[in-house]
Amino acid sequence: MLKIRNLKVSLEEEEKQILKGVDLTVEAGKVHAIMGPNGSGKSTLSYVLSGRDGYEVTDGSATLLDKDLLDMEPEERAASGLFLAFQYPVEIPGVGNMTFLRTAVNGQRKARGEEEMSAADFLKEVRAKAKSLKIDADMLKRPVNVGFSGGEKKRNEILQMAMLEPKMCILDETDSGLDVDAMKLVAQGVNALRDEGRAFLVITHYQRLLDHIKPDVVHIMVDGRIVKTGGPELALEVENNGYADILSEVM
Amino acid sequence: MALAQIKVTATQARLDAMSLPEIGWSAVARADAQTRVAAMGLPVRRDEYWKYTRPDELTSPNVKSAKASVQDNASIFGSLGCLSIVFEDGVFNAEKSDKLEGTDISLELLSEVNDLDIHWALGLYGALETKGQTPVVRPLAALNTAYAREGLLMHVKGTVAKPISLVYIQNSDNDDVMLHHVIKLDKGASATILESGPAGARCNIVMETEIEDGASLNHVRAQGRNHKRRAATHLFARLNQESQFKSFTLTMNGALTRNEAFIEICGDDSVAHIAGASVGDGEFHHDDTVFVMHEALRGESRQVFKKVLRNGATGVFQGKILVKAGAQKTDGYQISQSLLLDDDSQFLAKPELEIYADDVVCSHGSTSGAIDEEAIFYLNSRGIPKLEATNLLTLAFLAEALSEVEDEDIAEVMERLLEDWLTRRL
Ligand SMILES: Nc1ncnc2c1ncn2[C@@H]1O[C@H](COP(=O)(O)OP(=O)(O)O)[C@@H](O)[C@H]1O
Ligand SMILES: [Mg+2]
Repeated sequence: MLKIRNLKVSLEEEEKQILKGVDLTVEAGKVHAIMGPNGSGKSTLSYVLSGRDGYEVTDGSATLLDKDLLDMEPEERAASGLFLAFQYPVEIPGVGNMTFLRTAVNGQRKARGEEEMSAADFLKEVRAKAKSLKIDADMLKRPVNVGFSGGEKKRNEILQMAMLEPKMCILDETDSGLDVDAMKLVAQGVNALRDEGRAFLVITHYQRLLDHIKPDVVHIMVDGRIVKTGGPELALEVENNGYADILSEVM
Repeated sequence: MALAQIKVTATQARLDAMSLPEIGWSAVARADAQTRVAAMGLPVRRDEYWKYTRPDELTSPNVKSAKASVQDNASIFGSLGCLSIVFEDGVFNAEKSDKLEGTDISLELLSEVNDLDIHWALGLYGALETKGQTPVVRPLAALNTAYAREGLLMHVKGTVAKPISLVYIQNSDNDDVMLHHVIKLDKGASATILESGPAGARCNIVMETEIEDGASLNHVRAQGRNHKRRAATHLFARLNQESQFKSFTLTMNGALTRNEAFIEICGDDSVAHIAGASVGDGEFHHDDTVFVMHEALRGESRQVFKKVLRNGATGVFQGKILVKAGAQKTDGYQISQSLLLDDDSQFLAKPELEIYADDVVCSHGSTSGAIDEEAIFYLNSRGIPKLEATNLLTLAFLAEALSEVEDEDIAEVMERLLEDWLTRRL
């Protein structure tokens, strides 16, 4: 599904290398987790994959279903099946959540040469999916993320993911700022989307979320590199001992 | 104070190029207006009130030519079931207009009643304009009072449901069009008046409106979207007790537009909202100059102006809230904002509050900013291409101004016009 080879990324503005050769392969149907201390480059990786400005790829490659991701515009990556649930979802005053969702769904369909979704079908689907995430009608009407609580923003990300039905879902610290109930809702939303043709890359600080979204593979990222890869037990190890042991082990 | 010689010369040149209609009930008002213009002088660049906008092309005797295409003349409010009154190159066109009749309303043309000895508009024609010359002069409005030969005289006596739609069609490339409308709403009356279309290569349009106790007037206009036209408009409104005036202007294109509004809240518990959305690309200079004067208790006023500027377009906002002594419990709000789609465009704003009462709430704000790149990326990452994302954010930016249009059907027409413009332009 997603193949990243020796990816090296610097900031465009300053001469600062953030990713120092990332290698990662995520297979269809699997859930991978990336853990790592603050500032290790996890968000940068997710941004570079989704095509945000401000980064320069100096080496390496990233492909989604064998298509070169780095060569595409952000909207093309989305239409090709990539989705990023933002660590900090953006507020967009004046644009209704519904309008936003519908424009996104139909924008992707149009890009793929598919028929647009009718207003009625769209409404039906949005309502059903919103309900399972406990997103009420009012939240759907309000401007995108404006005045949403932290938890509401994250649930809204999952709603977008559910509507867009991407193939490769990257979740950047979707658990941060969530209480236990909100986290369970989010996890349920994610688990409902798990299937053979879809893969997840779950970026998180804590083991907590991984109790609810069970990963197949866990990676540890330190200072712009994946330094260790293992099974779910690796997340527990981090939870119990922090990153210190792993750090000293790899240094 | 004596006028500068340059001003005297320029003013005389313009006055010499025109002749005064000297008959009928309006003769005195016209002669007075002509005297006012000579005394004030037409505006020049050095005038404080014209700091951001060059008046030359609005004051000169000759008119720069400007074409209006079929599309520029296309009907805008045609689908709303209005009573249409068509002015073609500044002249009333009876064939294209609906019959000027309706219950609770009297509609007459300035050209047709001008030679009568007496008319109900006598006490209003030029009177609100005169009032609006203090504390800041508006010579182009006085010029209009003196020389305009056409316009609508509308007297509303009850509730008029059908919008009255003034449609301006431009065929000639070189006409200098002057229209002067007078609108009077009796106690408790209500009406909607619409204006649309290019009017002329250059136009000078004045609307004087007297709104009696408990009456309510909605005004929505879509200004000519032909690129080269130049326009100066003045809106004078006097609000009596518990009355309401809401005005919204959409401007797309036009080389030069100066829209002045002078609103006098002289009756207690009245509400005046003046709003505008304008979008310009390239040769576009758009100036909203608004003066709201509170003279009564518990008045509410809102000024909401939004401008989207691109390719070297210029936006200007000069807005003032003047709260006179005794106008307690005034609630005044003013916001002017521009969205600059590139570095070549500029927004010049002069927001002012002048308050002589101690128990009032007034706020104003003015901002100028670029499109939010974070938001663009967020939309892109959801599969919405750059152009569509920019359009969404642009419409969102204009939303606060658009929301000042109360009638949903009219608001939808406005929104569709903007969407069209954006997809054609951006
Ligand atoms: N746009 C940016 N400008 C400056 N520094 C940045 C920028 N983006 C990332 N960084 C730096 O890159 C490093 C990695 O950041 P980030 O990817 O957000 O880490 P993580 O998500 O793992 O906490 C940090 O040192 C951060 O300060
Ligand atoms: Mg991060």
